[in-house]
Amino acid sequence: MSDPGIEDFWDSAPSGHVIAHPDGRIIRANATLARWLGYEPDALCEMAFSDLLTAGGRILYDTHFGPLLHLGRDLNGVTVDVLTADGTRLPMFLTANVKHNSAHRPERLQITVVDAANRRAYEVELLAARKQAEVEQGRVKVFAETLRRALLPPMLSPPDGLDAADYFFTASDDDVGGDFYDLFPLSRTTWGFFLGDVAGKGVDAAVVTALIRYTLRAAAVFDDDPVQVLDNLNTVINQEVRDVRNRFSTVVYGKLTKRDNGFDVEVASGGHPPPLLFHAGGSANYVDTVGGQAVGLTAEPHFVASRFHLHPGDTMMLYTDGLTEASTGIGTERYDDEGALLRFAKSHAPTTASAIVEEVHRLLGGLGSGVEDDTAVLALGVSRAKEA
Amino acid sequence: MVDVCARHNITVVGNGPTILLVHGFGCDQNLWRLVVDRLQSDFRLILIDLVGSGSSDPRAWDANKYASLSGYAADILEIVDALDLRDVVFVGHSVSAMIGALATIEDPRRFAKLVLLTPSPCYIDDRDYRGGFSRADIDDLLESLEQNFLGWSRAMAPVIMGTPDRPALQDELADTFCRNDPEHARVFARATFLSDNRADLSRISLPTLVIECSSDAIAPREVGAYVHAHVDGSELITLDAIGHCPHVSAPAETAEAISAFARAT
Repeated sequence: MSDPGIEDFWDSAPSGHVIAHPDGRIIRANATLARWLGYEPDALCEMAFSDLLTAGGRILYDTHFGPLLHLGRDLNGVTVDVLTADGTRLPMFLTANVKHNSAHRPERLQITVVDAANRRAYEVELLAARKQAEVEQGRVKVFAETLRRALLPPMLSPPDGLDAADYFFTASDDDVGGDFYDLFPLSRTTWGFFLGDVAGKGVDAAVVTALIRYTLRAAAVFDDDPVQVLDNLNTVINQEVRDVRNRFSTVVYGKLTKRDNGFDVEVASGGHPPPLLFHAGGSANYVDTVGGQAVGLTAEPHFVASRFHLHPGDTMMLYTDGLTEASTGIGTERYDDEGALLRFAKSHAPTTASAIVEEVHRLLGGLGSGVEDDTAVLALGVSRAKEA
Repeated sequence: MVDVCARHNITVVGNGPTILLVHGFGCDQNLWRLVVDRLQSDFRLILIDLVGSGSSDPRAWDANKYASLSGYAADILEIVDALDLRDVVFVGHSVSAMIGALATIEDPRRFAKLVLLTPSPCYIDDRDYRGGFSRADIDDLLESLEQNFLGWSRAMAPVIMGTPDRPALQDELADTFCRNDPEHARVFARATFLSDNRADLSRISLPTLVIECSSDAIAPREVGAYVHAHVDGSELITLDAIGHCPHVSAPAETAEAISAFARAT
C-alpha cells in the first residue's frame, strides 16, 4: 500500500477492515475498527478474530464461518456481535473472503465489518413480530378447531341395523366453514338426521351453524313432519339472525323409522344437493328433492319432501357442495359439472356406509387442492347381516 | 426398512479398512473433504450427514428424537447395521465424538476403534469442571443462530457459499453446501451444547484416540485432558492448530493422526 490515498482510505474507511491468517489470527486491523472497539491500533494484532466476538458468535464462527472460509467460501452479511475492549456489544454485519496462494491454499482472510445497530434493531423487531404472528396463528387454529369440533357430532351412534359413517374435510385449518351434520335418536324406533351448509365462512357462519344445529334437534322432537321441522327452523333463523349478513343455509333433514328389515326414510330438503341412493342391486340414483329453497332466505320458503324405504344393503349418502364444486384443475370446470358424482355412485353401488365414505375420502384426496371448500359427508346404510 | 443411504446422504469412497466420518454441529460431510483427499487411498471412507444437517432427508426429521444425542446415536447404529459394516473406526468431530461414544457404548459389536476429534463431554462449566461456557453463553449462541436465520433460511445460505470465480461449482452446491434448516439447527445446537455426557466417558470400552487443537475456544485443552483422563487407556494427540476444526485447518496432521491410529494393531 504505497499509494498514500489507499493507506489513508484503509484507516479512515467507514467500515472495519481486518487481514488475518487463515486460522483467524489478526495480521492487521484498520484504525476505524480499533476506534470502534476501543483498542490501540496495534493491540488487535495476533488476537484471534473470533475472540472479538461474543460467546455465541465465537461458536458460530468456529463451527460455521471459519471452516467455510477455510474451504474457500465467502461470507456475506453474517450477523455477529463484536465486543469492545470494555465488553460492550456492537451489532455488526460481517463480510469476508479468502485470498489463496498460487498453490490454491488459503493465504489470508479479508474481513470487513460494518455497523448494523439500526438494521439489527429492526431485525429484532421483525423477529419478534414473526414470533407473535406465529403465536397468534396457533391460537386461531386452536380456536377454529375447537369451534369446528363443537359443531360436529363427536361420534355417530346409529340404531341397530343401521351403519353410519361420516367424513369431514377442512379446507382451511385457521377458518371455520358452515358445514354441519348429525344423527340422533327421537324415539325407540325413530332417528333424525341432517346435513347442511351455511352460506359463508368464519365466525358469522359458525354462529348460524350452531343455531341451526340446536334448533333442528329441538324442532325434530317437536314435529313429526320433516317439512314442518324445516319451516320451524326457517322461522327461528328469520327471528334470531337479523344482523348476520349470510344467514341462509341449505339443509337436508330426515327421519328414519325402523320397519321390517330396513328403515322408512322421510326427507325434506331446503335447496341442498340431493342425497344419493346406492341400491343393494347395484344401481344408484339421486333422491328426488330438487327445487326447494334454502332456509333463512324468505318468510315462507318452499321445501321439497321425499319418502322411500332403505332395504338391507341399501345406502344413502348426504354431502355438501365442497365435493361437487371442487375444481378439477381443467379451466373453470367443477367436479360435478358433467354428472361425475352420479357416475361415481353407479360405479360403487352396492356399497356400505363406511366403504362409500372411504371412497369419497379417496376421491377428495385425488382432487387435492381443487377442494376449496369444507366438505361434509354422512352415509347411512342398512346392514346386509340383518337380511335373514 | 429405512433407507439410511438416502436419509443420511451417505457417500462411500476409497478401499481398505472402514472409517466412518461423522460431522459435528455446523455444516455437514463437506467439511471432511481435505481429510478424505488424504485417506481415501488407504481406507474405505463412509461419509454421512446427520439428520437435520446438509442433504439429509428432511422427512426424517423428528424434533423429539433429535432433541437428545441418543437420537443421533441410534441412527449411527442403524447405519452400521444397514450397511453391514464391521471393524469400523468411528471418527466423530465435535459433538459427534460424543454421539459415537454413546452409539458404541450401546452396541460396540461392529466397531473397532473410536477417534474423538475435538470432543467435549460437557460445554458448560460445572463447579470444578471447566467446559468453557456458561449457560448464558449458550443462550447467546441460540440467539445468534436465530438472528442469522432471519436471512439464513433464504439469503445467507446462497451467499455464504459464494464462489464467484467458479460459478459452476456454486450451482452444483447451491442447495446443499452446509445449508441447514434453521429449526433443525436450533434443536441440534441445544442438544449439542446443553448435553452433559461426562459420566459416559468411563463406559467407553473401545481403543480410543482423542485429538485436540492447541488452541480451541470451543473444546479447550482442559477439556481434552479431561476426556483423555476419563476414557480408560485412551491416547491424546494435540495438534498445533487454532480453532475447532483441525480437519479443515490442519487436514494433513489430522489425517495422519487418524490413519496411524486406525492402522495400529
